[in-house]
Amino acid sequence: MNERANVGIGARLPRKEDDRLMRGRGLFVGDISMPGLQDVAFLRSPLAHGRIVSVDVPEDCAGRVFTSADMAGVKPIRAVSGLPGFKPSSQPPLATGTVRFAGELVAMCVDENRAQAEDLVSRVNVDIEALPVLADTGTAQAVDAVRVHEDWADNIYLETKIEKGDRAVLDNAAIKVEREIRLSRQCMAPLEGKGTVAWWDSRLDQLVVYTSTQLPHMMRTGLAECLGLEERQIHVVAPDVGGAFGFKCILQPEEVCIAWLAMTRRRPFRWLEDRREHLVAAANTREHHYRITGYADAEGRLLGIEADVAVDVGAYSVWPFSACLESAQIASILPGPYVMPYYACRTVSVATNKPPFTPYRGVARTGVCFAIELIVDAIAREAGREPSQVRLDNLVRPEQMPFTNITGKLFDSGDYPESVRKAVEAIDLPALRARQGSAGDDGRLLGIGFATYCEQAAHGTTVYSGWGIPMVPGFEQATARVTPDGGLELRIGVHSHGQGMETSMAQVANEILGIDPAQINLVHGDTALTPYSTGTWGSRSMVMAGGAVSRACEIIAERAKVIGAHLLQSSPDQVTVSDGKVMAAGGSVTFAEIANAWYKRPETLPADVAPEGLEVTAGYKPKVDSGTFSYATHAAVVAVDPEFGAVDILDYVVVEDGGTLVNPLIVDGQILGGVAQGIGTALYEESPYNADGQPLASTFMDYIIPGPCEVPDIRIVHMETPSPFTAHGVKGIGEGGAIAPPAAIANAINDALRPLGAEVATTPVTPHRLLSAIAEARAKAAGAVAQ
Amino acid sequence: MKPVDFRYSRPGTIPEAIELLNEGAGGAKIMAGGQSLGPMLNLRLAQPEQIVDITAIPALTMVTEERDAVVFGACITHAAFEDGRVPDPANGFLRRVAGGIAYRAVRNRGTIGGSLVHADPAADWITTLTALDAELIVATAQGERRVALEAFMMMAFGVHLDDGEFLAGIRIRKFSPAARFGYYKFCRKRGEFAEAMAAVVIDPALNIYRGVIGATQSRPLVLDDIRDLLRGGGESSAPNGAALARARDRVADLGIDDDPITDAMHGNAFARALEQVIA
Repeated sequence: MNERANVGIGARLPRKEDDRLMRGRGLFVGDISMPGLQDVAFLRSPLAHGRIVSVDVPEDCAGRVFTSADMAGVKPIRAVSGLPGFKPSSQPPLATGTVRFAGELVAMCVDENRAQAEDLVSRVNVDIEALPVLADTGTAQAVDAVRVHEDWADNIYLETKIEKGDRAVLDNAAIKVEREIRLSRQCMAPLEGKGTVAWWDSRLDQLVVYTSTQLPHMMRTGLAECLGLEERQIHVVAPDVGGAFGFKCILQPEEVCIAWLAMTRRRPFRWLEDRREHLVAAANTREHHYRITGYADAEGRLLGIEADVAVDVGAYSVWPFSACLESAQIASILPGPYVMPYYACRTVSVATNKPPFTPYRGVARTGVCFAIELIVDAIAREAGREPSQVRLDNLVRPEQMPFTNITGKLFDSGDYPESVRKAVEAIDLPALRARQGSAGDDGRLLGIGFATYCEQAAHGTTVYSGWGIPMVPGFEQATARVTPDGGLELRIGVHSHGQGMETSMAQVANEILGIDPAQINLVHGDTALTPYSTGTWGSRSMVMAGGAVSRACEIIAERAKVIGAHLLQSSPDQVTVSDGKVMAAGGSVTFAEIANAWYKRPETLPADVAPEGLEVTAGYKPKVDSGTFSYATHAAVVAVDPEFGAVDILDYVVVEDGGTLVNPLIVDGQILGGVAQGIGTALYEESPYNADGQPLASTFMDYIIPGPCEVPDIRIVHMETPSPFTAHGVKGIGEGGAIAPPAAIANAINDALRPLGAEVATTPVTPHRLLSAIAEARAKAAGAVAQ
Repeated sequence: MKPVDFRYSRPGTIPEAIELLNEGAGGAKIMAGGQSLGPMLNLRLAQPEQIVDITAIPALTMVTEERDAVVFGACITHAAFEDGRVPDPANGFLRRVAGGIAYRAVRNRGTIGGSLVHADPAADWITTLTALDAELIVATAQGERRVALEAFMMMAFGVHLDDGEFLAGIRIRKFSPAARFGYYKFCRKRGEFAEAMAAVVIDPALNIYRGVIGATQSRPLVLDDIRDLLRGGGESSAPNGAALARARDRVADLGIDDDPITDAMHGNAFARALEQVIA
C-alpha cells in the first residue's frame, strides 16, 4: 500500500479557492449584473450635526429620489445591550430630522448607472441647520455638551467599572508609571468595499439580497426586523467577499435601503460602496483613550493596573455588536496575559458626531495590548531591566494552566513565557543590544520592542449571553452530504472571506473520512443552503464550524460503516474508515461504492441501515465555551531617523501558539496579513476629524495604508499547544496578527528614543508625532539644564 | 465616485487642440496622462465639459536637441525618462528623479508636462526642474511663448496659463560633465507625495550654485547662490558636518511653514541634498 501525503489536519495544503481568486474568476457583489439593474448613489450629510430643514427634490426626479418620508414603516437599526445602564440608539436608514455625523445618509438616488445616480445627488438640495458638533470624547462628556441623541441625559452609551483585589497592595509599590495612551480613529480598508444587490423573486415570493457580509444569517434577521418581513421571506447570499475584518459584520443602513427598494419596487437595485464612502462614513474603528497607571515592585513585578478608558463610539450603536462590545472587552481583557494582585478599570463608551465605531480585526485587543505593553516597557525602564525579562516574571506560567485570571478569564493551555524566550532567541536580542551600544552607522537609532498578548477566540454562549446584544452564539451546525458519486459536500453557516475555509474545512473532513479535499466542496454564505449561524467573527470559524464539520463527518463515517460492512460481508464493528474507504480485513469499498448503494441500489442495503442516509446535520460546542486562548509574542527591530521621524522596520518575528493548526500555510497567511494591518495601525493609518466633525482623510492620498515596501519579511515561529476544550485541539487565531504590532513597534521606537529621553504613546506613530516627542524631550532637558 | 458627463477628444495636432480649447471656452480641460486629473474627475473636483487629451500629438512626445539644451515634449512619460529612452542633459539626474516618482503604473502614463501644469508643490518635477532652471514652451493661438518654470508656477496648483494655452515643451540646458546634482525627498510611504524635498545643482563651469526647497505650501523656494554653504565655516578643509548643520539651520530658519517641525524637515532635506554634492 503506498503511503499518501497527509492532506488532513496539519497539512500545508495550498488553498483551493486561490485558483479562482488569483485568476480573477471570483464572483463578488460587484460582478453581478442582471437586466434592469439600477444603481443607487446616496446623498450624504455635509454636516456632522444638524437639523434637516428641507430636502428639495426637483420635480423631474420624482420616483428616482427617496428620503426617509418615503420609507415610512421601516424600523430604525437598533442594537441594544442588556448591560445595566446601556442606552441604545435608533439609526434610521435615511436620516429623519437630525443628522449626527458627516456622511450620514439623507437621500438615495436611483438611475441607470452610478454616474447618473450621482448626477441626481448633485441636483437634490438639502438644507441643514447646524448644531454644535462633538468631535471628541472630552467635548462630548462635558456637562453642558449638546446631546447626540436628544432624549439622552448625557452622551454616554455605557459606563462600566470593575475592581478586583485589595488596593492596599499598591501602597508600597516601588514603581509607579502613569501614561496617557491613545489609538487614533482609523478605517479597515478591505480590498473590496461593501456592496449590495437586491431583487424580489416573485416565484418564491422572496427578497433576495446579495451582500458583502460575514454574517448572512444575521443579516437576514436584521433586514427582517427593519423591513417588517418574516425571515422566511428573505434569502441572503454572501458571494465571494474580498476582505471583511469586522466591518462586514455590521448591518449597514445602505443594505436596508437597497433591500427596501427591491421589496417595494420589485426590481433589482445595486449599491457599491466606493473608497471615499468607505473612508469617510463607514468602518471607523480603534479610537481608544487610556489614562493608565501601572504599579510594580522594584524588580518590575506587577502589583496592579488602574485605568480609565474612553472609547469614541460615534453616533450610533452598530447592529448586532452594539456600542458596548469594545469597551466591555477592554474592561475584561486589559490585564492581558499577566498575573497581578490588583486591577481596576472604568470604561465609558462615548457618543460623538462621528461615524459609528465598528469592531475591527483584533477588536479591543489591539488597543488593550498597546496600552498594557507600553506600561510593561515603561515599568521595565524604571526597573532598569530588559523588558523581555520583566515579561517573563509577570506572565502566566505553564504549570498554572488552565488558569483563571483576575477578571475571570479561563486561559486554556500554553507556555506563554516560552513564546517570549523563543522571540528573544529568534530576534537575537544580545546581538542587537551590542549593536545598539556601538557607534551608530548612519545616524539612525536602533530599537527593539516586544509585545505579548493572548487572544480569546470562539467565545460562546456563556460569554455573550451576559451582554444581551442581538447576537448570542449557541451550538454551531454543519451539514455533511455524500454525493451519489462518492464526493462530499459540506455546508456551514459561517462565511469565508480570506480565511481559506474551502480548504481547511475539507482538511477536517479528510481527517475523519479520508476523502480527498479535491473531492470536497464547501457550500457557505447562503441562508437558503446552509445551517443557521451567527457567522464569521471572533476568530470562531475553525473552532466552531470546524468542530461541527468534524462531528458531522464522524456520523457519516458511522453510517458508511454499516453500509460498507454489509457490502464487504463484514460487520460494522469489524471495519474502519480511512482514505475514503471502508476497510475490512479482507478488502475495502470506496465511498463511491457506498454512495452508489445508498442512492442508486437501495436493494443492496442491509436491513439495519440508518434511514437518514449519507446526509447529516450535526451541532457542536466546545466542552468549555468561554473561548480558546491563542497567544503570541511579537518582536520588532526598528531604525528611527531622528531628522525625519521615519521608522524603518528592520526585522519582525512572530512566535505564535494557535493550538493545533489545521493548515499552517493558511495560518501563516493570516498572521502575515494581520501584521501588515497592525503595521498600518502602528505607523500609517488614521482617520482624523477636525473640530467640526469633518473627516480629513477621504482618499488614499491622505489615508495611508502600508504597501509592499512598508511591510518587511515577517518571520513566524509556531508553537502548538492543543486546547483541551475543542475538537482536535484547535484554537482561533484569525485576528492575532493585527493585535501586537502597534505595541511591539511603539516599544521598539521608545527603546530607540531612550537615549533622547523621548517616548511615543499614540498610534499611528507618524513622523510628526515622533519628532514632537523628541522636541518635547529636548525642551524638557534644556529646561532642566537651565534650572 | 464617477465623473460628470463630458466630451472627450484626442486631437492629433497642436492647432486642433487649441481650437478645441477655444471652443470649450472655460469648460475645456487638457489631459496629459490623467494621473492627477483622473482622480479629480472621479471625485468631481474637476467637472469639465470637454477633455482634450493631448497625448496623441506627435510633437508633444518628441525630443529636440539644441546646441546647449534639450527640448522635451510635454507628453513624454516619467517612464521614458526612467528607462533612459530620452537623452538626459543633466548627466543622469532626470533619470534618477523620474525613477522615484510615485509608482511604475503612474510613471507609465504620467507625463512631465502634466505634472508641471498640475503644480502640486510636492511633485518631483516641480522642485527638480526649478533647480535646473527649466524653461517652458507654451503653445498659444499665435504660436508659442517661453517662460521660466520659476515664473510659470504661481502657487500650489496654480500656473500661469491663459485660456487657449497649454504647455507644449520643456527646455533644459545641457550641464557640464563636472556638474553635481543632489536630491532628497522624504515620503511617509514609498511612492506617496513628499513631506519634504530639496534639490541642489552645482555647475561651476556655468556658474550655477542653486538650491531649491520643495513640498512647501506654495511655490518652491529658490536659493540662487548657495556657495557660502558649500564650505565649512569659510575653510575648504572644514568637515562637511559643519557646513551641513549651517545649511540645515539656514533653511529651517526661513520659516517656510507655520510649524517648526515641518521647517526642521525642510532643513534636513536640504542638508541631505547638499550632502550628496559635497560628499
